[in-house]
Amino acid sequence: MSDTHAQTVAFVRETQIPPSPPPVTEAGAVKWVRENLFSGVFNTVLTLVAIYFVARFAVFVFPWFYNGVWEASSRKECLDILDGATGACFAVLVDRWDHLVFGFKYPPDGYWRILVAFILLVVAAAPALFASLPRKLLFFTAFYPFLAFWLIWGGSLWFPLTILGLIIATVLVFRLISAQIPVNFRQIVSAVIGGICGIGLAYLLFIGAKELVFIANSVGTEGAIATIAYGVFWVMAVFAFVFCVPMGIFVGYAIYNSFEDGGLVSIVASLLFAYVAFSFLLAPIWMALNSVVPIELEAVASRDMGGFMLNMLLGTICVSLSVPLGILLALGRQSPMPLIKGVCVVFIEFIRGVPLITLLFVANVMLAYFLPPESNFDLILRVIIMITLFSAAYIAEVIRGGLAALPKGQYEAADSLGLNYNQATRLIILPQALKISIPGIVNVAVGLFKDTTLVSIISMFDLVGMIRGPIQNSTEWTSVYWEVYGFGALLFFVVCYSISQYSQWLERQLNTSHH
Amino acid sequence: MNQASQMTVSDEVAIEITNMNKWYGTFHVLRDIDLTVQRGERIVICGPSGSGKSTLIRCINALEEHQKGKIVVDGTVLSSDLKNIDKIRSEVGMCFQHFNLFPHLTILENCTLAPIWVRKTPKKEAEEIAMHFLEKVKIPEQADKYPGQLSGGQQQRVAIARSLCMQPRIMLFDEPTSALDPEMIKEVLDTMIELAEEGMTMLCVTHEMGFARQVANRVIFMDAGQIVEQNEPEEFFNNPKSERTQLFLSQILGH
Repeated sequence: MSDTHAQTVAFVRETQIPPSPPPVTEAGAVKWVRENLFSGVFNTVLTLVAIYFVARFAVFVFPWFYNGVWEASSRKECLDILDGATGACFAVLVDRWDHLVFGFKYPPDGYWRILVAFILLVVAAAPALFASLPRKLLFFTAFYPFLAFWLIWGGSLWFPLTILGLIIATVLVFRLISAQIPVNFRQIVSAVIGGICGIGLAYLLFIGAKELVFIANSVGTEGAIATIAYGVFWVMAVFAFVFCVPMGIFVGYAIYNSFEDGGLVSIVASLLFAYVAFSFLLAPIWMALNSVVPIELEAVASRDMGGFMLNMLLGTICVSLSVPLGILLALGRQSPMPLIKGVCVVFIEFIRGVPLITLLFVANVMLAYFLPPESNFDLILRVIIMITLFSAAYIAEVIRGGLAALPKGQYEAADSLGLNYNQATRLIILPQALKISIPGIVNVAVGLFKDTTLVSIISMFDLVGMIRGPIQNSTEWTSVYWEVYGFGALLFFVVCYSISQYSQWLERQLNTSHH
Repeated sequence: MNQASQMTVSDEVAIEITNMNKWYGTFHVLRDIDLTVQRGERIVICGPSGSGKSTLIRCINALEEHQKGKIVVDGTVLSSDLKNIDKIRSEVGMCFQHFNLFPHLTILENCTLAPIWVRKTPKKEAEEIAMHFLEKVKIPEQADKYPGQLSGGQQQRVAIARSLCMQPRIMLFDEPTSALDPEMIKEVLDTMIELAEEGMTMLCVTHEMGFARQVANRVIFMDAGQIVEQNEPEEFFNNPKSERTQLFLSQILGH
């Protein structure tokens, strides 16, 4: 062998070179310090300047913490104890601890309820956050909202349990109809429902057009502006007339077509069942159950929720509602059906164009004008709806980015295997798109959690509202700033940093490329 | 002796395309395509890039929509009816140039996904089928890995196994070796040859002329959206009739 090599080629490797360890300067702390702190003149200067400022800051802050007063009944007493020395007045946190955490109106003998709800939240969230836990725990996660509602708002346990029961009943009705009634019959009824919806829309447009004609005629034709208005109204009226019938037919057909297997019947029937059940059965059932076996806690009104608990409450509920809603909006925006796509685009663009504060004001003040005076639409519910819609629009756009980042080949591969739209979306598209979207979704979630403090401007006493209102306006603790706001910052940092760490861990878990 | 002649071709028609036309906007991609494929036949489609060969086979499982003409696959007429499309897709397997494995699922999950959800096969049975086909493409030991951990050739073989798990009656290959390193092309071609020897109906868009000579019953040459020439491989390579085919072959075999 070697003879032939020697004659025909210049060089042939006969043995492999074994790998050897790197030189000392290429490893360990020395390398790190050299590369990161003193890699050049400029970086050395920056390092020294930074060390100087960090030291100055530490020298100032350390005595402030060290001398901190933990036991006092007012700021004046704090200052007396400090006697001119630098020191924090942490006594405000001790004195007002309950208010900062639970708000100042929540009944003190009910604090344990909040704590239990919080501990159970950790248990309920765990299986949703960590895939390695047994999947059966998810049943508790599904049950948790009803339990937490009872613990926090009080009242009868039978109320949330009856709601849960009716939801399950609705699902069963849906299952029953979609499994038992033959497809042909469902298709016929679907066609009728689609037709009625189309005719209804056409009729509404027709009435609107008539109204426009009436307005146009009553504006008259005197004066230039009146003429223009007259013309505009007429054009709109003709437009509406011309389009109402085709539009109605189109909507009816679109509704029928999107539920070709007659699924529309199951959906409409179960919605109808849910409506009847919730308006006529809910109250009698839970009251009857409660009179037989009373399980009650002292009821607490939504107005009385406050403190950091309110932030946690809004943050948890809104995040867990806005992610699924955002997914639906993102998928809807990609839909080939123009009606669904249009609705999603208009919704997302509208919400993104409006500040959250405006929406909160609408929830707090404006809705009262539109709703009947005797209606009792819970304030926290209104705020939850507004914050959820707000962040859902942002999450939808983040997820749309994830969907767009998927190679077209993934859709094609799913199609070529014969998966239908639902299967392809659920099994192939969403798991990958959501994985790409994790940083963006977490971004929105953290932002949302911090935005919950905005409710303080519609006079809800969350952590910030608590500090700005009852604490700083009290005679004992006026002009205490650093301690309380620092405490608030610390609480928010702990939660937001945990979310961020979790998301990074999740990204590592889901990384299957291993390159 | 050509191997292809030893393999049997039945009289049964697998795919029948009549007078099919397709446009992208105003661009006429496929013009008057007429093609009949017998069951068990192995067809290689070649031609310059942009000649519409990929589009042609993607029309067969409705990844692309054709605007005019008729496609009948396994007796089912391809229309815009979703049920027909799903039926055809579950009968027709496809391999892509870029494999298109699902990166978030393991190799085994890639292979069992469609049987479980489309065919409603029990999970255990689906896994047995998957392992059978993974053994067939000679990578059963990779079953628990993710696609990102495999080489290109291995990924393409997994993609073939994934299609086979649906037990299709027809296989479409869209340039299966074009994205592979030269060393890996052979392992994929070997798998495809083995498949051909078992009598699978195959339509391959490929530039592997050696493969065409060895396996194909028929070679189709396409240019500018039309079928320019089709013939048995021996005749096609040794004695091309049209000038365009001669030019193409001289360029592709000339070096």
